[in-house]
Amino acid sequence: MSFARTGLRTLRSLPSAQVYRSSNILNQRRLISDEARKLIDNAVQSNPLVVFMKGTPEAPQCGFSRAVCQILDVQGVPREKIVSYNCLEDQELRSAIKEYSEWPTIPQVYIKGEFVGGCDIVLGMHQSGELENLLIKEGLAPPLPEAEPASKA
Amino acid sequence: MASSSSAGRQATRIPGPVETSIQQKIIEAFQPILLRVYNDSSKHSHHAAMRAQGGGSGETHFAIHLVSPSFKGKTSIARHRMVNALLKDEFDNKGLHALSLSLKTPEEWEKEGGGEMRSE
Repeated sequence: MSFARTGLRTLRSLPSAQVYRSSNILNQRRLISDEARKLIDNAVQSNPLVVFMKGTPEAPQCGFSRAVCQILDVQGVPREKIVSYNCLEDQELRSAIKEYSEWPTIPQVYIKGEFVGGCDIVLGMHQSGELENLLIKEGLAPPLPEAEPASKA
Repeated sequence: MASSSSAGRQATRIPGPVETSIQQKIIEAFQPILLRVYNDSSKHSHHAAMRAQGGGSGETHFAIHLVSPSFKGKTSIARHRMVNALLKDEFDNKGLHALSLSLKTPEEWEKEGGGEMRSE
């Protein structure tokens, strides 16, 4: 339940009994609960770049997850800007994220709270240049030396 | 008629029930100009998730190359969602685990030379 722990850290202002209860509910329900939804909402909205994956960026456990991390590397995204959740260590998260995104597979990439896509889409955006533009615009990758500074609109 | 991946050297390979239903559903829903369904399950049978299921059913990982006019004016996310929704039962109940999708309109496909996704 590493994901729940991370999420609960953000809920630490709540009374402990309440936190305990929501953690229990998250453990027991098969379908995505309001609590799980809140935890994921919180994760994707409080971090500009979130990757739900199998394994970690350092040790991916699936070729598709590995590919997504490699693309982010190639794009020059610093490791510390990538917040990743290992769905293999958390079966609740693994099923919850599929429902949350209405997307049946992992990895899943979120930028600024928006679902970007899985491996195929991220790869396609990488090849078309769309990903670079998005990452630069959101301040997640360094702008190209010759490029205009990203607008702060 | 759109055909499957069971061409050439793999002529004797018989598609399993999941591959067959993927093909049938896609042909019906998308009237494809081109459809290739590649079963990559054997390449992933050693993964943790598959080992937990005894190596999987042999029909867990697929790649699909699909050219259809239905994708006109749709973003890649929307195109993926169309295929994912069509195959919801395979994902939820038939052990489908991973799907790599290459989804193009006839115009996009022709512009790229109208070739195969794989050369095998």
